[in-house]
This record gives sequence, structure tokens and C-alpha cells, in this order.
Amino acid sequence: MSVIENNTEQCGNSLTRELTQNPLKKIWVPSSKNGLPERHISQRKVCMTNCPTLIVTVGLPARGKTYISKKLTRYLNWIDVPTKEFNVGQYRRECVKIYKSFEFFRPDNEEGLKIRKQCALAALNDVRQFLTDEGGQVAVFDATNTTRERRETIIRFAEQNGFKVFFVESVCEDPDVIAENIVQVKLGSPDYTHCNTEEAVADFMKRIKCYENSYQPLDEELDRDLSFIKIIDVGRRYLVNRVQDHIQSRIVYYLMNIHITPRSIYLCRHGESDLNVKGRIGGDSGLSARGKQFADALGQFIQSQNISDLKVWTSQMKRTIQTAEAVGVPYEQWKALNEIDAGVCEELMYEEIQLKFPLEFALRDQDKYRYRYPKGESYEDLVQRLEPVIMELERQENVLVICHQAVMRCLLAYFLDKTAEELPYLKCPLHTVLKLTPVAYGCKVESVCLKVEAVNTHRDRPMNVDVSRQAEEALLTVPDHQ
Amino acid sequence: MSSEQKELTQTPLLKIWVPWMSTSLSQRRGSSRPQFTNCPTMIVMVGLPARGKTYISKKLTRYLNWIGVPTQVFNLGQYRREAVQTYKNYEFFRPDNEEAMKIRRACASSAMKDIANYFAKEQGQVAVFDATNTTRERRGVIISFAKEKGYKVFFIESICDDPEIIEANIMQVKLSSPDYENYDKEEALVDFLKRIDCYKMSYVSLDEEKERHLSFIKIFNVGSRYLVNRVQDHMQSRIVYYLMNIHVTPRSIYLSRHGESELNLLGRIGGDSGLSSQGLKYARALSEFIRGQSIKDLKVWTSHMRRTIQTAEALGVPYEQWKALNEIDAGVCEEMTYEEIQATNPEEFALRDQDKYRYRYPKGESYEDLVHRLEPVIMELERQENVLVICHQAVMRCLLAYFLDKSADDLPYLKCPLHTVLKLTPLAYGCKVESFYLNIQAVNTHRDKPTDVNIARKPEEALRTVPEHL
Repeated sequence: MSVIENNTEQCGNSLTRELTQNPLKKIWVPSSKNGLPERHISQRKVCMTNCPTLIVTVGLPARGKTYISKKLTRYLNWIDVPTKEFNVGQYRRECVKIYKSFEFFRPDNEEGLKIRKQCALAALNDVRQFLTDEGGQVAVFDATNTTRERRETIIRFAEQNGFKVFFVESVCEDPDVIAENIVQVKLGSPDYTHCNTEEAVADFMKRIKCYENSYQPLDEELDRDLSFIKIIDVGRRYLVNRVQDHIQSRIVYYLMNIHITPRSIYLCRHGESDLNVKGRIGGDSGLSARGKQFADALGQFIQSQNISDLKVWTSQMKRTIQTAEAVGVPYEQWKALNEIDAGVCEELMYEEIQLKFPLEFALRDQDKYRYRYPKGESYEDLVQRLEPVIMELERQENVLVICHQAVMRCLLAYFLDKTAEELPYLKCPLHTVLKLTPVAYGCKVESVCLKVEAVNTHRDRPMNVDVSRQAEEALLTVPDHQ
Repeated sequence: MSSEQKELTQTPLLKIWVPWMSTSLSQRRGSSRPQFTNCPTMIVMVGLPARGKTYISKKLTRYLNWIGVPTQVFNLGQYRREAVQTYKNYEFFRPDNEEAMKIRRACASSAMKDIANYFAKEQGQVAVFDATNTTRERRGVIISFAKEKGYKVFFIESICDDPEIIEANIMQVKLSSPDYENYDKEEALVDFLKRIDCYKMSYVSLDEEKERHLSFIKIFNVGSRYLVNRVQDHMQSRIVYYLMNIHVTPRSIYLSRHGESELNLLGRIGGDSGLSSQGLKYARALSEFIRGQSIKDLKVWTSHMRRTIQTAEALGVPYEQWKALNEIDAGVCEEMTYEEIQATNPEEFALRDQDKYRYRYPKGESYEDLVHRLEPVIMELERQENVLVICHQAVMRCLLAYFLDKSADDLPYLKCPLHTVLKLTPLAYGCKVESFYLNIQAVNTHRDKPTDVNIARKPEEALRTVPEHL
């Protein structure tokens, strides 16, 4: 074992090292002699590797590379792997302020080639900075990278810097899919602001042609030592070669579960519950009278939406199930959708938490994402718990998820690419349905308030989060209740 | 839609909320387990002999059963051995052996009949048809059969042309086959290689073009490359993910509980206490033991609970804390003794004895929940090589059940005593287990199932099997 020799001297003392529980995350850590944080234990994180990873897209224009790059980046950041995408097209737009026509991309355009190569190198430089200096773990290099020569350049760059490389190639010859891509994301590109639709499409098709002759797809034989996934026809078929580690395995699994079939995801909370009315958190109470009204209204709303093949998911808590019952269609109960476990604070009011656990209450306001209730969970834990739900949501088509405030915040943060700081403060009021529809590179959100009164359960972050604050300051933002 | 709000009640064992009405319609409305698939699935292996088909079949079946999908392997070789009592030599497999062909076709039919029975009468969800299935014709027969019955089909093809791997396979699992009882090693090897040749002539690999409407995964050279085509549903997606994470590199997995804890001494369950003095002794002994094993690149995993971390600290090497490895949450019963549980919740105590696997503590978890929670741990264990997992009694039982293919009924009663390390080493189609008791005294925390599990039983009956404590 590599480390044992270094620690032999410490071994005799290691058992005299006390463990203390970090007050925020409730993690047991050894308290070292000089009070500095120990580096040899770690929390289970997705990226246990020391080696940053460079994901490199490959493919002709309009094959979904940017769509995949952005989606993958969003997913990785959500599961706490610091990731950033670097789109070479953007670098090109910054360099060549105005796009004239496809001629820029002609393989015999020397000037064009020079600029494009410069842009690629500038992007790689930023990649290096992100992975080496800024604590990034994964960088997604989004460009066509259609020649073996270009890919070799990237591989050399990665080797020099100690990055792992994983290629994601998208191959598609279905003219309908390509046309749809162009309509959805190319027409709205800054390149084509001054063109009408026909002109833009014609130009873009010629642009694709510029790449076709020199396109060298990843090859099973010639590229057998590289790590890659080849996605064929939007996921009908995949070729996966030499997955090196855990993160690449997760990336492959994710890519194999996403699809682009149009659909909508409906998110809402259970109807107002008895404990909601009393201003108490957690618990497993039933719906109040207004909550039952909401459930009926939800049933009607869902009917009116005429959704084909709707799946309905609930948690295993009474209030979401009661809500689903009123919708009147089969539903699946997921334990993973249960509300955040508030541990010793279960069923308390905020006022009671302030009284009994003022330190905890302050710590939570200081870092609401990472704060773990004593004997309970944190938002960070919730995200980990919800990952299989997200994965299955990606596989599914039309789904209605009836869940809880903290859970809904986590799911919403995934779809709307919100940071860990924003996530715990996303507004998810009772009796409101959010309809999420994927569009272009993101998600359209429609908020439908079903006009049944309910208490407000959203507590904003107070100004004073100091442990020594007065009780009134702590309770300033508590919403009204009975 | 009727706006009548039906009352919900919580089922006493699983603690699942269901509508009070007991018509089958409303019962089916709220399924408490995400449906893996609506219709049964046939997994069909494809590949020349000695390509790992049976290895994959058994491992996959073990995994699916562990995560709660009733699965069974149907190995054609076994049917053939029953039909043709004694194996003479490779000539049986010659493509021009009409008589043998007839027998082999009959065996395939018989196996398919048993599969149909497994799905229809035994609530099976997945059947793994383990045979070479190397011709398009044979695959066609299977596909027609499945189509007629309404089963989904997913092919798993293993392709390997590395002679070293093939020979290693043959040495590991073929030489000890009943077929070769009366052969010596060299003769067996020669015969088996000739057997493989018999298949080679007519072998048609799954074709990306011609068979592009089929759902399949092709595994090349023990996982260096995969081709995946038309994954139809959630379960096939999980199967593909699993297959892409397993490997055959030799390694060992060490499972141990934390050292004896203060709550253990008091006979109390759950909680987050520190190690007792015996527990600390164990941690030191564990460190010596691990050093003595001279394990290359050992990873050490613990839970987030103090007692496993204290144990790992003594090893003096980096370790990773997994929340997923935390002990089962006993909800309202946390930190109670069994006597106190009997006194305050006699009904719960009885329900637990009735079905310890599915029983969920009020505001807590069940073993079934634990398995679900541990699935990512198992997946990562499959990816890794040498690992030491320092965990807890219920958690260790779940992990052990996965490696040793124990049923849900056996799982909660597996013996995982304190201060004992289990070393698991994959071997042939299973797992070798070596148990190391590190000779440090500890309390016994294993409570056997009592004879009387009736709710109406007397407290003495309930407490008969409680182990001693302070």
C-alpha cells in the first residue's frame, strides 16, 4: 500500500486522534493536532480521480454536439462535478465579428483555417486554465473535431497536461433529424440574424458540405486505443470503447439514457397539508381541506392537458399519494422522492427550531445547500438520492411528478441549470404546477397556479446569518402560519 | 372524474400508503416499486463456447435477483447433459451429426417451454437463455417464440479472439465440467478446442445492419469495446450499465463491520456511538491484518458513522466515506434495546420477525430499502479491484447476499459477527469466502428468528433469541 510507509509514525498516535463532527455537514473528521483539515479522508464524490477529464465532441455540424455538451455539463454540475463547456464556434464568433457565409468554412480558405485553428488553441488554453487552476474536473471541448489530425493535437495537449480524454461522437444521416436541428438551433444563431429562413438553411447545408470531405469518423480499428462513445442516429445504436474510469462510465450511462422525443415534465408539490397549515416542517400528515381541493383541481387540469401516456410519480408520503389519488390514474410511489429528512427537527416550527437549536438554525442559513440536519439530510444528500429519479425522467416521456418543496427545488435546479447556491431558495409554492418542455438547448417553463389558496412555505435567507444573532433576526423571514 | 377522496391507510409491514378500498383496480394504482418492465424479458446469450456466456448469465442473474427482479438462468448445456447421460467427445457437436442435432433442437424446445412456464406460473420477470445461439436461424426461432408469447428479447453476445483468455476460461470452468470427469487435463483441452471448431463454421455474429431491429449488446474482448443497439426500456438500460461495469481482473473484496461500539455493549440498536475499548483493539488488529495481507492498491470505504470511521482511522491509509453505507435506519426504534422495542412496540416487533426483509421500521427503513440504497455501492465495487469495506451488520448482510447469491429470506439472518473479516475472491462462476476472526472478544449482535412470530405471542417468546448484553 503506497501510503502506509509515510504514516507509520502516525499510526501509533492515530487512535489518540479524536473524531469531531463537522457542525455543518455532520461529517466525522479527525481533529488534527494543529487544527488544520485532514486531507487523507474524503467524502464519496463522483470524481474520486485526481485526473481531470477532457470530453471532446466529434461530428459534422447539426449532429447535436452542442446539445449533448450543454446537457452533459448541466448533469455533471448537478451531481457536483465541476464542469464547463468550451464551444469553439463562440470563440470564432468573437474573433470574426461578422459571419458572412459558408465560404469561411471552405477547406481551401487558408485565412479561415488559420483563424479556426487559433480559436481552437485559445479554447484549449482556457480549458487548461479551468482544469488546472480553477478546480474544474471536467471540460467539454465542443467543436467538430472531424479530422484525425485535429484530434491528435488535442490528445497531445491532454497528455502534456495530465488530462484524460474521452471522445463523444455523434453520427447521423437522417435528413429529417438534421433539418429539425437546423430549424431549432441554427436559425436562431448570431451567425444568421441577418438572413431569412431559406437563405440560412441553404447556407448551413453548404457549411456542412465543407466538412464532409475531410471527415474521418472514429474508427473501431484505427482508434482502438482511444476512449470514446459513438452515438449513432440519436441513440439507436452506440459503440463504446475503452471506458477508463467511474466518471466516464457515468457519462456513458447518461448519454445512453437521454433522448430528444418531444415531451413535457410536470412538477408540483402535494396539496397543502395539515402540518403546512401549522407551519411545521416534515412529518407525514394528510391533506388539509384546501389541499384536497387542489388535488381535485390538479385532476381536472391534467385531464384538460390531454397528455398522451402520462406517467404519474409520487413519494411514499401520505400527502403526495392523496394528491395523486384524485388525479385518478395509475401512479408509482418512489421512496427517493420523499421530502428531505429534517432529523431532530422533524415536525417542528421554525420558531421551535430557533428556540431549541439556534446554532443549527444559523448554520443552515449560512450554507443551506450543504447543511445537514442532525440525524437528517442535506440538500446535497437529496441530490444524490434523486439522481436515479433524474435518470429515469430522462428515459421517460410525459411525466407528472408530485413531490415536496426541497425535492422539487432539486429537480428544478437540474432542469433549469441552477447552482448549488440558488437551489435551496428556488420558489416552489404550493398549488402551482410547473410544466417543463425541452426546447433548443434548454427548457421552457410554464407556471400554472391552480387558484386554490394555500399557506406560503418559502422562507428566504435572512440578512443576519451569524450564530450570535437575535431570535427576531433569525425569524424575520418565516412565512405566516396558524 | 369522481372527486370522492378515498381514505389512505398505511400497510403495517411495508409502511406504504394505500387507498382503503380493496378493489384490485385501486390496489394496482399505487405501485410501490418502480415497474422495471411490464412484460417478461428473455435475455439470449450469443457466442462461441468459452466466451464467458455462462459467467455473464450467472452474474447478471445474481445481480437482477438482488435488486428485486425475479430472474433465472436456463442453461442449454444442462438440458443436453440430462438428455444424453454420458458425454463421449466433441463429435456430438459436429454440424453433420444429424442425430445429435435432433437432440440439441429438442433440448432448446424444452428449455423454451420451461421459460414459458417460469413466466406464466412462477412470476418470473427475466429468463436468461444461456446457449451458443450462434446461427441466425436459431435466433430466429427464439424471436418467433418470444413474439408469440409477448416477451421482450435482449441479446448479449460475447466476442473474443484472444487465445490466452479462451484457454484461461477453459482451464477455469470447462475442465471441471461433468463432461470431462473421465478426461485428463490435456485431453480435455484438445477436445474442447475441437468442440469450439464445430461451431465456428456456422457462426454468424449479430449483424449491425441485417439485425438492426433487434435489441442487443455485443461485448468485445472482455469489455474493451461494446456495441449497443436499440435499448428498449429501463431494465435493459440497467443491464447494459451493469455489463459495462463488470470485469474479470483478479482481486479481493474484504468486508468487515466496525469494531464493537459502546451501544453494541448495551445491546442497543442503531445510533452513532464510538468504539468501546474492545472495538479499539479490533481496529488495531484489523490494521495489522490488512498489512499482513500485502494488498496492492487497496481502497478503503467506510460509512458516515463514527464507529466505522474510528475503525478506519487505525489503518492509517486514505479512506472514502459513503453515506450509502450507513446502517439501516431503525426510525422510532433507534438506540433501543430489543427488550424496549418489545415493551413499547410489540406489534412492530412481531411484524419484523414475520418478514424481516420487507419490514420497515416506523419512520425508518427496511432491508429492501437498504438494498436499493446500496446498489451504487455494488456497482462501484464491481468497477474496482481490491477494496476493504468497513460497514455495519445489516449493510454487510446485504452486500454479502449479493456476492454469495443469497435469497431475500436468507439475507436478514446471514451471520456477520463483530471482529471478523470476510475475504471474498471471485472464482469460476462464484465467490470464494475466507473468514478471519481477529481474536478480539466482542458481544454477539445476531438475533435469530424466534419460533413464535405471532403478534399474540408472549414477551418471553419474542425475546427468546435476543443475544446477551450489559
